[in-house]
This record gives sequence, C-alpha cells and structure tokens, in this order.
Amino acid sequence: MSEVAVKGAVKRYGPIAALDGVDLTFADGEFFGLLGPSGSGKTTLLRAIAGFIELDAGEIRIDGTDISRIPVHQRNIGMVFQNYALFPHMNVAENIAFGLDVRNVPAAEIKQRVGESLDLVRLAGLEQRRPKQLSGGQQQRVALARALVTRPQVLLLDEPLSALDKHLRQEMQVELRRIQRQIGITTIFVTHDQEEALTLSDRVAIFNKGQVVQAGSPRVVYERPVDRFAAGFLGEANFLDGRVSGIAGGVARVALSTGGEVLTPANELGVNDAVLIALRPEKISIDPAPAGVAAMPNRILGTVSAAIFSGSSLTYRIAVGDRIFIVFEQNKSRAPLPEHSTVMLEWPTADNVVVKS
Amino acid sequence: MTPTTRTRWAILGLTGPAYLWLACTIFLPIAAMLALSFLDKSPLVPKPASFTLANYGAFFGKPFYWSLTRWSIELGFWVTLFSFLIGYPAAYALAKRVKGRWREAIFLLIVLPFWSNALVRIFSWTMVLRPNGIIDLGVQSVLPGAPTVDLLFTYPAVIIGLVHSYLPYMILTCYIALQAIDDSLIEAGRSLGANKLTTFRRVVLPLSLPGIISGSALIFVPVIGSFMEPRILGGTKGATLGMNIEEQFTVTANWPLGAALSFILLAIVLVIFGMLYPFLRKQSGAA
Repeated sequence: MSEVAVKGAVKRYGPIAALDGVDLTFADGEFFGLLGPSGSGKTTLLRAIAGFIELDAGEIRIDGTDISRIPVHQRNIGMVFQNYALFPHMNVAENIAFGLDVRNVPAAEIKQRVGESLDLVRLAGLEQRRPKQLSGGQQQRVALARALVTRPQVLLLDEPLSALDKHLRQEMQVELRRIQRQIGITTIFVTHDQEEALTLSDRVAIFNKGQVVQAGSPRVVYERPVDRFAAGFLGEANFLDGRVSGIAGGVARVALSTGGEVLTPANELGVNDAVLIALRPEKISIDPAPAGVAAMPNRILGTVSAAIFSGSSLTYRIAVGDRIFIVFEQNKSRAPLPEHSTVMLEWPTADNVVVKS
Repeated sequence: MTPTTRTRWAILGLTGPAYLWLACTIFLPIAAMLALSFLDKSPLVPKPASFTLANYGAFFGKPFYWSLTRWSIELGFWVTLFSFLIGYPAAYALAKRVKGRWREAIFLLIVLPFWSNALVRIFSWTMVLRPNGIIDLGVQSVLPGAPTVDLLFTYPAVIIGLVHSYLPYMILTCYIALQAIDDSLIEAGRSLGANKLTTFRRVVLPLSLPGIISGSALIFVPVIGSFMEPRILGGTKGATLGMNIEEQFTVTANWPLGAALSFILLAIVLVIFGMLYPFLRKQSGAA
C-alpha cells in the first residue's frame, strides 16, 4: 500500500487555472475525499493522479517515485468511473479479468483472482452476465472489483455513487468503506455530495478555484472551518460580522454590525479587530421568548418568519432585524413554533467560530 | 372503439402509406422480374412467351459467367477492404480526435463530392488515371523519364473509382459507431494497464464492429452489382456480372437472361451474408 504526495500541482486551461498550486499528501491506507463545487479542480487532480491529465507544473509521487511522466497504463492505479465504464461487449468475469489479461497473468491465476474479487464485492454467481443485465449497484460493484483485482497502489473514485438512488447510495457507502478497510488501499475519491464525503472519509479536502481551502478530518473541517467558503460549502452556516469590543479571560466580546453581542474564544484576536463568525444552525437552541427576557451575549431575540418541516428535523428562518438566522431543531415532542412568534436563540461561546472572510 | 383497436388503426394509418409505397416500388417490380427470369422471350417481342429454366441454365452452363461472378465478388472484397482501411482511421479521427466546428467542416468535405453527379465524378477519374493524366504528369515531373503510368482500363482503376464512390458509407457508419463509444471506456482500459494499441484492439475495435459490418454491407452489395464504374474505368478488362446484366437489358435486349442473372447475384449476396451471419452476430456481442 502506498502514500501519494502531490506537490505544487498546476494545470491551466487557457487563462483558467484548474489547479493552482495544490499540495496534498494522501497517507497510506487513507480514505480521502476531494470536495468542492464543479470546476473547483477536484476532478482535475484525480485525473492528474490517474495520468489522464499532464500537469503544467508540480509533481505527483507514489511512495516517493515521481509518476508525472509515466503513462496511464504503467501507473499502478485502479479507477472507478462515474458511469462505471464497464465494457459492454464483455461479461462480468471478462470485465474483471481485463486488467490481469493485459498483464499476461496465467489463465488459472486470473480465474482464481476474478473469483476472489467477486467474493469481495459479493457478486459471486454473476460471472456470465453482461453489464446491461445488472442493476446500478451491481455495476458499481463490478467496476470496483475490476479496479481492485490488479492490486493497484491507489484506488481513484470519480463520483462513484452519484448515479445511484439515495437508498442504494447509502448501502454502497457502507460497502465501499468495508471493502476499503478490508484491503487497506489508499483511496482518493471525488464527490460533490458533502454528506457522502463526511461519512466515508478519514480526511477531506475542500477545493475552490483550483486551490485547497482546507484539509483535515471531516470533524475538524466541519467544526472549525477556516473561511467563509469552507463553512458555507460544508453544511450550512450563519455568518455574523462585527468588531472585537473587549477581551477578558481568553474570551473576546464581539459587537455585531447588526446589533447584539456574541462571545468567542479569543485565540489571536485583538481589541477592535473586524471579525467574521460562522455559527452552525444546529448549535443554536430555540425557545419561545419568556416575557420580559432581554438580549445578552450569545442570546438573541427574533421572530419566526418560516418553519420548514422535513420529517426528522425542522428548519427555522428567524428574522433578527433585517438579518435571517437559520436554525435546525430535531423534531421532538414539541409542536413547531408558530410563525411571527417571538423566540429566543442561544448558543455556547465555543460554537462561535472565527473564520476568514 | 377500445383503446387497443384505436392504437392499431393509428399504427395502420401511419405505416400504411409507407408499406403501400414499398410494395408498389420494390415488391411488384421484383416479382415481375422473377416471373420474367423464367420466360423464354423478352416481353418486347410480340410473341407469346413460355416457361423455361434455360436462363438459369445459361449461367451454370457457361464458365464465362463463373469468372465474371468471381471477379465481381473479388471486386466487392477489395473495394470493401480498401474502404475500411481508408475510412476507419478517418472516422476514428473525426469521432475521437477532432472536436467542435472542425468536425463539421471535415464532414462537409467528405460529403461535398456527392453533391456532384456520379457519372461526372467517375469520368473525371479517367483524366486522373489515363496516360498523360494527373498521376502520370505528377510521376513524370518527379522522376523524368520514368515509364508512363497508365492505370485507365485496369483492375486497379475500377477499384480506385469504386472506393471513391463508396468510401463515405464506411466513414459515416464507422463514425456513428465510434462516437457512440464513451471515452471513459477507453480511459478505463488505460487505467487497467492496457496501452493505447491494446485498448484499441480490445475495446474500441470490437465496439465499433457493428459500424464496420453495416458499412461493409452497404458497400459490398452494390459493388458486386456495379456496372458504371467498371465500364468507364475498366473498359473490357473490368467486366463484371453487373455490367453483363446491364447489357442484357440495354444492348442485347435479352431481359429474361438479365433478370435471371440478377437473381443469381441476389442469391450470392444472401449466401455470403448467411455464412457470415453467425460469426458477425458473435463478434458484435449481441446481448
């Protein structure tokens, strides 16, 4: 198994930089998610690692060996394509055997390894089927088995689950994770589905405009986004801007531009600094405002402008002055708070995350 | 009316005219020709005709017809082969390499010659192939004193003219088959360790086989019955079964023999495709 290191990767298409100086290291056996809006460079990076795209600058190393100049077929990679790209003129066994066949592996060994692969993806018995005769999930498994049977150093997945319906997608996520753990192969996958990235990955990297905005474990990236883009792309966030009015005991007091005050861990902040704070909607607790309650730091009064019911949870849109706060609440026993009623929003200091704008 | 009967009437109404037209323009003439091929006199002769197998007997009795037939089939084979060798790479380049507006422009260049009259195009080849023609002058200017290049009225001339006439069919059918092959299949082949040539041989070629087959059928069938190109470019040397059939109708006015030879030609085509069918079916991966 292998470590993949990307250093200073640059790829330009005319005036547009699809990759603009990307440095990332994918650790041995890691499941790494590349996340970002379309055109952010995540797919370009994946295809550069595969060898379908040649970098303008920078290098890609697998276990220390620079592979930038090695053609695709000599890189030891396995790739699963968005549309699976199964060969329609071959049956399942022939599809899986392809990579071994072109490597001149003896027939007996091919047969044995194809069998093992089919067991791994739990498709034994479907050897003679044509891709057309398989369901989407089964095609996905064949594509995975075909990519893994050659024992590649790296597994590359290009939006592997996007063509499946929601139910099957969740099932395949579990399956993908199981297989990846079982083999321990370094896996890099591209997705625009943030939930999928958070569920599957050991680490994720968020891409924007050809650059890595933030990389880290899903929890860190989600809880401690570095900037407005990262906070807004991964999940939802309320953004509060203001100025530090005082610091005491490692806590900064921030006067918001729209009125009201919040407290946030001071870290490197200084008095009078302009700050942008990201606040996750599920961190906020919402309650009917008791009579005579007053606003205070980390407590804001507002009125319900909309309550959106989505089964297991509710999304509130709360008007505070001319600003809208988004608040998520689990659907417990309480009836949804009525529109136009006055509510009190409260949240802990630690959930005010200062981000770059 | 129930919905099903209404659907049936709708289908009949929509397809009826087309079938009627086909029946009148194809089946009736063919039936008439079949009947004609068993008569002992041309309908032009004002005497009553009677049934005979002599027209078919003439074919099997004369080795002259066999050699004509053999040459016609060979001609079909060579023209199809050269059309494939020239047309397939062109189709591949168009489908997989050329993008956007260039593709349309090149397509136009392929189709453009076909806006002119076929007869004119074939005659223009005589100017290229004859002594003192374009090829000859070209060779002489590069190699002064080289022997005169005279391709006119030779087998190669017939093949060149027919390849010119039928090449676009191969390009178009192969193009359609090739552009339907998803690029990710080629990338998948490469990612699995196959070099470009192996990927082409194992993935692209088999998947484009239906296009090659239909292109070959579209070329082979008319070529073995062709008469205009062999006459103009091949003269007496290029005589084909098709030329002979045409002569039976237009020169010797022996319509029944012409009709019989036509049906023999049709039978040969059917037999050849019948023999190839199982093989083609297997290769094209019908699933």
